[in-house]
Amino acid sequence: MSSLQESGPIRREEAAPAGANAILRAALSSIPAWLAAVVMMCVVAMAVFAPLIATANPTAIAPAERLLGPTSAHFLGTDALGRDTFSRIVYGSRLSLTVGAGVTVFSVALGLVVGVFAGYFRAFDMVIMRVMDGLMAIPGILLAIALIALTGASLATVLVAITVPEVPRVVRLVRGVILSVRSEDFVEAAITLGSPIRRILWRHLIPSTVAPLTVQATFVFASAVLTESTLSFLGAGLPSEIPSWGNMMADGRMYFQLKPGLIFFPGFALAMTLLSVNIIGDVLRDRLDPKMEKRA
Amino acid sequence: MLLFYVLRRILAALPVMVLVAIIVFAALRLTPNDPATIMAGEDATEAQLEAIRVSMGLDQSILVQLGTWLQRLATGDLGVSLISGAPVLDLIGDRIGPTIALSTSSFLFTMMVAIPLGVLASRKPGHLVDRALMGLSTLGLSLPVFVIGYVLMYAFAISFRWLPVQGYEPLSSGFWAHAQRLIMPSLALSGAYIALVARMTRSSIIEVKGEDYIRTARAKGATETAILIRHALRNAAIPIVTVVGAGVASLITGVVVTESVFNLPGLGRLVVEAVLARDYPVIQALILLFSFIYILVNLIVDILYTVFDPRIRY
Amino acid sequence: MTDAQKAMSDKTVLQIKGLCVALAGRGGKQLLRDVDIEVKAGEITCVVGESGSGKSLTAYSVMGLLDPESLRCTAGEILLEDENVLTVTPRRLRELRATRMSLIFQEPMTALNPVERIGAQIEEVLEIHCSDDARTRRRRVLEMLEAVHLPDPQRIFDSYPHQLSGGQRQRVVICMALILNPKLLIADEPTTALDVSTQKQILALIRELQQKFNTAVLFITHDFGVVVDVADKVVVMNQGEVVETGSRDEILRSPRNDYTRMLVSSVPSLVPQSREAVTGDVVLSIKGLSKIFVRRRILRPSTVVEAAVDCDLTLHRREILGIVGQSGSGKSTLARCVIGLETPSAGRIVLAGEELVNARGNAFRERFRRIQMVFQDPYRSLNPRVRVGESIIEGPTNFGVPRAFAMERAKSLMELVGLPVSALDRFPHQFSGGQRQRISIARALIMEPEVLVADEAVSALDVSVQARILKLLESIREKTDVGLLFITHDLRVAAEICDRVIVMNKGRIVEHGSAEAVLVHPRDAYTRALIDAAPGRHWDFRNFRPL
Repeated sequence: MSSLQESGPIRREEAAPAGANAILRAALSSIPAWLAAVVMMCVVAMAVFAPLIATANPTAIAPAERLLGPTSAHFLGTDALGRDTFSRIVYGSRLSLTVGAGVTVFSVALGLVVGVFAGYFRAFDMVIMRVMDGLMAIPGILLAIALIALTGASLATVLVAITVPEVPRVVRLVRGVILSVRSEDFVEAAITLGSPIRRILWRHLIPSTVAPLTVQATFVFASAVLTESTLSFLGAGLPSEIPSWGNMMADGRMYFQLKPGLIFFPGFALAMTLLSVNIIGDVLRDRLDPKMEKRA
Repeated sequence: MLLFYVLRRILAALPVMVLVAIIVFAALRLTPNDPATIMAGEDATEAQLEAIRVSMGLDQSILVQLGTWLQRLATGDLGVSLISGAPVLDLIGDRIGPTIALSTSSFLFTMMVAIPLGVLASRKPGHLVDRALMGLSTLGLSLPVFVIGYVLMYAFAISFRWLPVQGYEPLSSGFWAHAQRLIMPSLALSGAYIALVARMTRSSIIEVKGEDYIRTARAKGATETAILIRHALRNAAIPIVTVVGAGVASLITGVVVTESVFNLPGLGRLVVEAVLARDYPVIQALILLFSFIYILVNLIVDILYTVFDPRIRY
Repeated sequence: MTDAQKAMSDKTVLQIKGLCVALAGRGGKQLLRDVDIEVKAGEITCVVGESGSGKSLTAYSVMGLLDPESLRCTAGEILLEDENVLTVTPRRLRELRATRMSLIFQEPMTALNPVERIGAQIEEVLEIHCSDDARTRRRRVLEMLEAVHLPDPQRIFDSYPHQLSGGQRQRVVICMALILNPKLLIADEPTTALDVSTQKQILALIRELQQKFNTAVLFITHDFGVVVDVADKVVVMNQGEVVETGSRDEILRSPRNDYTRMLVSSVPSLVPQSREAVTGDVVLSIKGLSKIFVRRRILRPSTVVEAAVDCDLTLHRREILGIVGQSGSGKSTLARCVIGLETPSAGRIVLAGEELVNARGNAFRERFRRIQMVFQDPYRSLNPRVRVGESIIEGPTNFGVPRAFAMERAKSLMELVGLPVSALDRFPHQFSGGQRQRISIARALIMEPEVLVADEAVSALDVSVQARILKLLESIREKTDVGLLFITHDLRVAAEICDRVIVMNKGRIVEHGSAEAVLVHPRDAYTRALIDAAPGRHWDFRNFRPL
């Protein structure tokens, strides 16, 4: 086919093939990514096999063993009610991951539908985007604590309360992608081929949202985990006997000067989880969608 | 002409404000709670409750209530607290000081640190300094405010005893007494914001540096420093200003948490207290206040665009 | 000319010797191989070549503007008045820029800083290189703005780039480049982004200033028409190598190299061959078509743009009807109304005796069986995520043709458009621009349309590729009887392929007739100006001689 090589004056230069330097750089960037993946796998394993990993019942109160330092039986110590810190951290990962995954699935699904709608059917765009602006303006965490406090905390209310503020950002992202792609010639070409809207959406528009949405999903996940622990920390999350990292830190506040580990151990678990998810998100963005930083 | 532009931006912000008010009202009122019960206590008689309902207008339809509330809102009447009976406006006035002090100091600190860091990172994309700074910024975005807060508290207040653990002193008790209690909260609050702004500074400078007019400046014989200051920074300003405005949302969330960690008697604490006490009017008013601040900041951002970019049409 | 002047004008200003440039990194691909170019004072040397020939790379190497992270010079020297710019210190290189050598860019729209006033941007050159005070600087800038024939220099001085037209911006860039009277001016496709009439003025300006200041000019272009008009000497490049160097007449009249011969003879002539009028059935007729864009805005006056006003045309079976005009003339809007991407504000479109409806829905979709379109940019008109075969059969399957059947037809079409059948299983990024345009043509033809609209379908292609695609379109109309509506801004292309031509200006049809009548004996003043502005209009490239 080389005899048919045809190109034009506006053709852009092809990207430089990776030299030794570039490969080294890529390798450097993937060491943190690798570590992050390992940490995430540990957290997931912790959540799935919590009963096997935990050394004690995370909700068992033992007044005699309150505020112990690290011992052979409680190697991260115990809290003010004598509950085993390590076991509570292990079980706490379950709630964090559930909320993270749940919110991510719901807000991406909802955001995709609404975003495609706003981006493709311009008649709805104005109204949808004003509502999204309004939702964006309300501090998510305040709305969430208010909703949870007033309706009573349950996993369902926590999920809904955290999902609502996440949706507008996904909508904006999807709408932006749809708007830019729908002006591409290949979409116009599809129209002139008589393709029905269904086909244009599924074949030509929605596939372009996959990469940016994947990246965004990781950030939504991190944000949801953070919000859940913030809510618990402020006392507006699930009841305090339920093991969650935020609850543990809230319980530990009174004893911080005495036993900082009550805050630092769950805080470390939370920070490591968030850091790993964000690193994975950054690497995905660099690989899949380098221009996204501008869009979000 | 600029005046028209400003007016138009304000007019565009108004419907969003009304919308926010309606969303907040609806979200809170549709929860299964009876303000009258909260006000009168659990053991009030049905007749007492009914009297309260009538006096608060709760017996009327939800739309009428919304209308009355919006009307009062427009005249600056935010209602009275169900718990203390004090006007919400007075409560806000009593508690706004620490919040203003905390958010201004964090904002200034962020601007002073984030933009130089972003510029530094953008000088050689992909090189050591850039990688290190971007790693730090990922860390900054990942560490929750309360985790940073307690680490700082442990280090500076408990181990070294350099700073008081928590609490607040107004500026009237002396500058140092005021400032030393703000240092840790501001640092904790700025972490994520610095990371956000530094990242955007870096990426928009890198993007601008690929533009044709930067090449033109090089062809003129300008030095790299001159190019950065004269051409790159001014063109990169718009996305940076945008993210500064958007970051106010995270600042507001951060204020609520930071005030709790460091026991600052500001609006953030007030809202948490009100939520735990189910004090509707206070919750409503504060969520609305924070939302309006966000809208206002972004209105200012819109107007700032015209300063940085002559292409924006009035 | 005095002897002293003559001696000066013979002086070699730029000498590129054995220049090699490669991608950075070990074993990086060689992009320039052993390039030798010499430019003398008072002389315009044109570097011509198709995309990928390395002509722009050569220009940037001279200015020292290659990105050191991705490109490096591996051998050779670039002597600017005996000073090797490849080995001077960065500081010296900055001193040389704008004082000894300057650059004009292809894209005037993006070459100026959008947030700084024009005056300040030009003054910057003086700030860097001279010690003039503010008043002198301002005076010098205003004088230079005057010298590049910008109207009202005072106003331009205080304007922002977005307030100027493309041609005015290019004048500003030229002003900036020549204000310190450099010995060498490098012009990188300086008129490619401009309309022909603006192009003509800018070329005249460069010529004028070059003679006034006795500047040596290295002029990069892909357009042989421009070469005819400006070149003293020509350097032909292909895939990173110089294939031939000679005076303008040597290259245009008697090229020795096969590639040069092929390239020069691919350029269509402005004078059409006489053709017999096509007198088949009328397949498409448009009556009184108008398209007016109204943008209503809150609190601001609405803007009204009359993109097309009261246009009439008829197209016969097997006919190629050209619609020519500059950007903004409304020719694309007309095409988009015909195909159905825009809804006309008024007028009727009749296809083979049947009026087309503009209502959405199935009746509207029916028209796409009968009218098809080929888009301008082959890099954007194919979905990068969809295999070529799937893209081609998308149309027929939309109208209920079974997949297997459509695929068979796609295979036979591959042969017609000159691509291997295996192309169907690949993705668009595996093809070059010309190949992609062939794919787009196949995608349109599989619908067996009665009318094919080609909107600037060869404008983004290199001249040799363009010639082949034009041949393909010609053969397709022979084989399929399709009527072709051919939108182009390029009069040469129109002369090459069209039976009849319509000229549009500001949304209106100003002239129509046979290609010969319109392009050789234009009646309308606008058409005449357009033809007059076409670069190299007096040269018959195919036969290597003047017309």
